[in-house]
Amino acid sequence: MSFGKFGKISYVSQTKVADFVKYLEEGKIMATRCSGCEKLYFPPRADCPDDLSTDMTWKELSGKCKLLTYTTAHFAPTGFQDDLPYTIALAQCEEGVKVYALVSKDVNEDEIHIGMDLRIMPLRLPNGRITYELKKAKASMR
Amino acid sequence: MSVAIVGVGQTPFSRSCGVSIRELCFEAFRDALKDINLAPKEIDASIICSAPEYDKQRSPAGLISEYLGLTPKPTLYAESICSSSSTGVKIGYSFVKSRLHDIVAVIGFQKMSEISSAEVQERMGRGADIQWESPFGTMMPAGYAMFARAHMKKYGTTEEQLAKVKVKSGKYSLLNPLAMFRRAVTLEDCLKARVIASPLKMFDCCANADGASCVIMASEKKAKKITDTPVWVAGIGAASDTLSTTGRANLTGLDCSVEAGKQAYKMARIEAKDVDVAEVHDCFTIAEIMAYENLGFCKLGGGGKLIEESQTYIGGKIPVNVDGGLLSKGHPIGATGGSQFRTIVLQLQGKASKTQVDGAEVGLVHNIGGIGLYGNVTILRR
Repeated sequence: MSFGKFGKISYVSQTKVADFVKYLEEGKIMATRCSGCEKLYFPPRADCPDDLSTDMTWKELSGKCKLLTYTTAHFAPTGFQDDLPYTIALAQCEEGVKVYALVSKDVNEDEIHIGMDLRIMPLRLPNGRITYELKKAKASMR
Repeated sequence: MSVAIVGVGQTPFSRSCGVSIRELCFEAFRDALKDINLAPKEIDASIICSAPEYDKQRSPAGLISEYLGLTPKPTLYAESICSSSSTGVKIGYSFVKSRLHDIVAVIGFQKMSEISSAEVQERMGRGADIQWESPFGTMMPAGYAMFARAHMKKYGTTEEQLAKVKVKSGKYSLLNPLAMFRRAVTLEDCLKARVIASPLKMFDCCANADGASCVIMASEKKAKKITDTPVWVAGIGAASDTLSTTGRANLTGLDCSVEAGKQAYKMARIEAKDVDVAEVHDCFTIAEIMAYENLGFCKLGGGGKLIEESQTYIGGKIPVNVDGGLLSKGHPIGATGGSQFRTIVLQLQGKASKTQVDGAEVGLVHNIGGIGLYGNVTILRR
């Protein structure tokens, strides 16, 4: 499966971790774990630089995360202007890895604050494309 | 054997220079040679620095070397985005120190107007990790804005403190005839400007520019024949950090600044308090505040207070970016580091006219590529 359908605009079509998209379509946010040193990687990697292992296994993330920092962009690179303004965020997953994504348009900008609970969710885009976004965590999820 | 900087030159930085890249480089090269006893044919090697995504010319080193009359001496191209010419100086230092070459010219340039605004916008999006972060529509201001937001939360840094960095920049821009924006701005101007990427507003951000710079380096023996006022390279530090935001451990400072600074201070056998005048990479106001902290001009979290107390003005504890910095000069990527070197060299030679820091003996150049991706710190001595 091509990785080229990932994100609003993709700059990479071929990667050893293309199955990430297949899992995303099944509703799963997957990281990779090195079978040798057990280090967890998100975004997923096919190769572990710590022990030079290529023996990696997929590991599903719970999706639970906390907001580390964010910005609301009012200018955008080519292809993203129609979505302005949008909030780009970095969050810390409960498994320890970090995730970089947009905050869902469902969340009001004035509600966004560092430390808030978020959840990574797959998001289907037009033209068969797919990505993930950060939604407000609901009480039922904990 | 010590390595000296014997000549520095720069073109005016402008929105659109109206000349070709070879001509732009010639202007800076000629400026660097104007007051020193050195002919172009005596230069043993050249290092040409720019960010290639703005160049139409493939492999510009050959073109520039030919136009400056440096053929058949060896030339090469060096790139670390916004810190390309600091990287060039580091390579030049290695050439001279190793005795491979006695005299080296480092020429940095960027003609950002070479390509259309639409093409610039397209390239902007590809400065991040193209597989995992560019698909979310990020760009440079957003990256630094995320650091600003985290810094404000952790240390209580305010938008007013960020704005005060630009107010200082504007004040000194009036004294720099080569700056692109030569105008004072008020705190109110800064705070009411349109938002680019919250909390950063227009005056928190530097602007694209065209320009070139030149740094001529020489061995100790040659340096003394070329000029009466050589400036010595006392310390060099360089480090990198992850391109990805997800790979960063620190969201309130640039670890590559800290590491490069440590190396440079150690090599120069000095501490932060010994620096008399500094040029730091103020691509955004938050970047200058983080640089104060990461270079040890104040404690972590103390950057906002340092500018609020005007300690980085001339007469303060440590004058920083008294040429207006990137925020007013403009930021022609590949030329920026060379322009910073020029400012510090002129300061240490006592030739900085209205912005002269009295008795400056030790200067520092801090030049960052990307969002804390490539860190370069160089210490110069009179």
